[in-house]
Amino acid sequence: MAQMTMIQAITDALRTELKNDENVLVFGEDVGVNGGVFRATEGLQKEFGPDRVFDTPLAESGIGGLAIGLSTQGFRPVAEIQFFGFVYEVMDSISGQMARLRYRSGGRWHAPITIRSPFGGGVHTPELHGDSLEGLMAQQPGLKVVIPSTPYDAKGLLISAIRDNDPVIFLEHMKLYRSFRDEVPEEEYTIPIGKADIKREGKDISIITYGAMVHESLKAADELEKEGFSAEVIDLRTVSPLDIETIIASVEKTNRAIVVQEAQKQAGIAANVVAEINERAILSLEAPVFRVAAPDTVYPFSQAEDVWLPNYKDIVETAKKALNF
Amino acid sequence: MAKKAKNVVVDSEKQFDAIRKEFQTFQILNEKGEVVNEDAMPSLSDEELKELMRRMVFTRVLDQRSISLNRQGRLGFYAPTAGQEASQIASHFALEKEDFILPGYRDIPQLVWHGLPLYQAFLYSRGHFHGNQMPEDVNAFSPQIIIGAQYVQAAGVALGLKKRGKKAVAVTYTGDGGTSQGDFYEGINFAGAFKAPAIFIVQNNRFAISTPVEVQTSAETLAQKAVAAGIPGIQVDGMDPLAVYAAVKEARERAINGEGPTLIETLCYRYGPHTMAGDDPTRYRAKELDDEWEAKDPLVRFRNFLQAKGLWSEEEENEVIEKAKEDIKEAIKKADETPKQKVTDLINIMFEEGSWPYNLKEQYEIYKEKESK
Ligand SMILES: Cc1ncc(C[n+]2csc(CCOP(=O)(O)OP(=O)(O)O)c2C)c(N)n1
Repeated sequence: MAQMTMIQAITDALRTELKNDENVLVFGEDVGVNGGVFRATEGLQKEFGPDRVFDTPLAESGIGGLAIGLSTQGFRPVAEIQFFGFVYEVMDSISGQMARLRYRSGGRWHAPITIRSPFGGGVHTPELHGDSLEGLMAQQPGLKVVIPSTPYDAKGLLISAIRDNDPVIFLEHMKLYRSFRDEVPEEEYTIPIGKADIKREGKDISIITYGAMVHESLKAADELEKEGFSAEVIDLRTVSPLDIETIIASVEKTNRAIVVQEAQKQAGIAANVVAEINERAILSLEAPVFRVAAPDTVYPFSQAEDVWLPNYKDIVETAKKALNF
Repeated sequence: MAKKAKNVVVDSEKQFDAIRKEFQTFQILNEKGEVVNEDAMPSLSDEELKELMRRMVFTRVLDQRSISLNRQGRLGFYAPTAGQEASQIASHFALEKEDFILPGYRDIPQLVWHGLPLYQAFLYSRGHFHGNQMPEDVNAFSPQIIIGAQYVQAAGVALGLKKRGKKAVAVTYTGDGGTSQGDFYEGINFAGAFKAPAIFIVQNNRFAISTPVEVQTSAETLAQKAVAAGIPGIQVDGMDPLAVYAAVKEARERAINGEGPTLIETLCYRYGPHTMAGDDPTRYRAKELDDEWEAKDPLVRFRNFLQAKGLWSEEEENEVIEKAKEDIKEAIKKADETPKQKVTDLINIMFEEGSWPYNLKEQYEIYKEKESK
């Protein structure tokens, strides 16, 4: 086992699949010589050559279209969108085209495409870099949306994403890229898409979350423990489709739940989780399922970021509201 | 006997030759600062020539100070500008106050010379929304982050100016990478179709982050992309302030006269990293190329030109440098004194006052409470 940061685990997953399958192609803006602006593709062009790992012209829509086109020729594109705030430039390729390719061709064509992209707040990026737009993606039938919270999960999930025969949006939280290391096996392994992970077991309340908020939630669970509450922390890992079994089993056990997301409160993943719980387990509930989320403004100018982003204190407060209901 | 040329439907060589002939780099001052194209000399008074130099020197100092302030943690997001002074400052010098600028993230100097107070430019860098609030008399958007978005919008601003009968133009800037975006083509095509008074300036500094312009396109020049939109295009030596000025001045006149937009490619170089957020140019640029371009420096060139005319002295240059340092110091002080931005400020500017939805009203109260602690 090696100790890896998330960025290293991602490079490792890409290398693994480039080695495993000659149809895998890695491309995007600055992913070649430069190894990506975060160095996620560091060394890959050197190792696999510019036919398989290459820079594109600067156009996200072009990158999306290229991926769709290449998939008709049996390739397995792994495209990078340099920051996920730029996804609006490629919305048609993603939501309008690749998500529907299997459906609209009656299965004649499909899009085994992985779109990797950094996102997430707390690192003081300029506008349209830090936005959490997974809710937008989850709204689109035909896409799977994956968000790892640890280096170990990142490697296993990215390998699964690349092997998946339908499009997967793989979102990498910038704050987690280098914030800690994890034991990551050097050999290949997969983590199934659509499977949540219980990051901490508990019996009084379920905290359902994903991405960087997993770590805030774990911190909140520590705080709650000091006050005598046992919180279970569920890391969704895939936000679309949801792992409904794990969520419902946990809620039926704890009878209370809150959902935590970094994204703004309106619409989004948390709202969907609450709705699913409501439809499936309302009689198990001792309290409403509350949400912890950012306020409904555009992602803030960086000076206000730290106050704007939800943190463990907000989670503790909301958990107590549910616990004391 | 010579082989009979194969019959071809498209003679691509002939096409490319024709384009090559029409898209030669336009230059007035050579690298030594000598006039090589007397006919094209713009009519600028001695005082105007000196003012252009002052602005370029000021801008170079602003860049150096911004970089060191960033390193000290006193500025945030910053995209260096050294090497692009002729492209940025001389192009702006050909504009009028009523012209509307749609800049990219690297185009802070043009905004400053268009009237954005320096302390606001620093607040922009620090991620404070007041840095984006253009004063009433400054016709400009704040810097665009989405590469290419400003091109389509420029067509709209220009059409609006035309419909209002104003004698003003919309001017927008991207880099070479920006010309690969769909928005770029849509913008120049729309402006051409509506004969809108727009000037599209592509600052070709040869790299989009690490990606060289040769990877962006098979086109030999970026200026020739104008042909597809049916608008005039020109490639200019972007290290030559007089050439840039003359090209923009003429484009502005054409636009005001109802003759539509122009695409201007300025050949330049960014000496520094892409931004101050961890970019390392040695990963993708050879030192020889840096040297080659630094030898074309716009300040050196223009200084030589002015000195040969007896218009510029070392003392004058030092005065500008001292003034710049002083202005920067004051602006930083003012930026430091600006109240810290709050989440409640941001909630307030989401929608027009009085039409706030229930969620924002509730969240306003929650954050007011949080921020009062
Ligand atoms: C739509 C979009 N895609 C990608 C980026 C990330 N990005 C920021 S600057 C840059 C390179 C831009 O190069 P160029 O247009 O040549 O301008 P320069 O930075 O050289 O001035 C990239 C890819 C972005 N800001 N917006």
